[in-house]
Amino acid sequence: MSIRELVIREIRIVADEQDKTLPPLTDDLPLLESGLDSLCFAILVSRLEDATGADPFSSAKASQFPRTVGELISFYEPVDA
Amino acid sequence: MRDTPTLIDLIARSGAGAREIATRDHRLALADFASLSPFGPDRDRFAGRSVLLHVMDMAKAAAALIDLDGLARRILLCPPGWDAYSIARCAALIEADAFAYDEGNPAAALVVDVALPVRLPMAPRGAFEAPRIETEWVLPTSGTSGPPKLAVHTLTTLVGAIAASPLQQWATFYDIRRYGGLQIFLRALAGRGSLRLSSAEEPIEDFLDRVGAAGVTHISGTPTHWRKALLSGAAGRIAPGYIRLSGEIADDSALRGLAEAFPAARIEHAYASTEAGVVFAVDDGRAGFPSAWLERREPVEMRLVEGALRVKTSRRALRLLGENAPVLVDEEGFVDTGDMIEVSGDRCYFAGRRGGIINIGGAKVHPEEVEAVLNSLDGVRLSRVFARASPITGAIVAAEVVLKTPTDEPRTRERDLIAAARKRLPAHMTPARIRFVADLPMTDAGKLRRHG
Repeated sequence: MSIRELVIREIRIVADEQDKTLPPLTDDLPLLESGLDSLCFAILVSRLEDATGADPFSSAKASQFPRTVGELISFYEPVDA
Repeated sequence: MRDTPTLIDLIARSGAGAREIATRDHRLALADFASLSPFGPDRDRFAGRSVLLHVMDMAKAAAALIDLDGLARRILLCPPGWDAYSIARCAALIEADAFAYDEGNPAAALVVDVALPVRLPMAPRGAFEAPRIETEWVLPTSGTSGPPKLAVHTLTTLVGAIAASPLQQWATFYDIRRYGGLQIFLRALAGRGSLRLSSAEEPIEDFLDRVGAAGVTHISGTPTHWRKALLSGAAGRIAPGYIRLSGEIADDSALRGLAEAFPAARIEHAYASTEAGVVFAVDDGRAGFPSAWLERREPVEMRLVEGALRVKTSRRALRLLGENAPVLVDEEGFVDTGDMIEVSGDRCYFAGRRGGIINIGGAKVHPEEVEAVLNSLDGVRLSRVFARASPITGAIVAAEVVLKTPTDEPRTRERDLIAAARKRLPAHMTPARIRFVADLPMTDAGKLRRHG
């Protein structure tokens, strides 16, 4: 599974668990408009860490944090080797 | 004499008869204490001494306790397996001038006036009778971090919650050197029956076999002990009339599991601590306790201060020993238990320790509350909830779960359990991750081991 598929799948799982309705997940969708709250992101990030072994949030500065779905995917893509 | 009752008096009051204390490896006949001692003719050398007692076998600890109560000035009950450093530190705190130790495992070399091994079987004691004194019993608190605090009790504070009883054959999963186990030891001595204790490294199935064969009627342990007993598949080997839980929060699933396994037994969960003593016991089959008890003055007065339970009771320790030992009671004589209480209508529930709270982006979560929900879900035997660091919210809730039957599809099972938990818990309290494990470790005190 590619990083893109993994991230999209995990977003859908978290949204489903937390009863959030997702708009179509396009690369330019701002994360703030995805319907996911900070708790959903915390859960998502922990699961992506388990799946990829990487936690890019912990090493990045806040200014580098991803703002869109596409940026979130690129955030994890360096480990997609 | 009446002012300073001793363990020997306690036994004599109900009659020593054919009663015994038995581990797998040793049997102590209570009647023998009239003429025998685990120190033989040397026992009187402990008269008036402050004794550090450190032995591995529980029968040896029991023999030394019965023999030294009323003779020694002070006895420190060390849990087995303490290291030389802890022993030396605590020896200083109790001003130990005597050491009762295990020949096979001396654990530490203490420079004291009297050092004698605890030997079983016991040997005839001397004719000399030292004057009887009220012995201080010093118990380490079961706090999980930092150096141990030592709580000073006497036999009078320790037996405060024990009423006269009909014939009871006792067993306990506890170590009698911890407050919960010590209560059972004293109940057994004050009662008319015998006491069965576990031996180090004894598998739980073997212990259940042994106490089942002995016809044990009363048995106690922590909820974790009991979950493991039910998990072992050997619970059917005992048929107790009374089951006691203490030492941890008894949630509804633990109580229900025991009620299903032992439909004929009266099941009671007790609330006690080394510092506060026995506060109360509840036997209505429900977790928590009636809110109305917060209004009672007797036998123990309780109040909530910032959500934590404080109790005023004559069964509490007299004081704490230690460098910068914290003050045991507030200005009004209440002990702060550090246990958080949630009041829900006519019921109060334990919500965990004050320090054990997980902070999820500002929202507080008690691991024990989440564990109670997980434990109630289909197929879950045991769970442990802990904080996992999160770059987004500071922490998120994670859990380890022991299933009744292992799963081939952990990912699916995890999602199902999370979905089931989410129906019962707010989003921030629902575990973000659940990992399946074969077992969860216990502390030496029989409690679920928590992450540091």
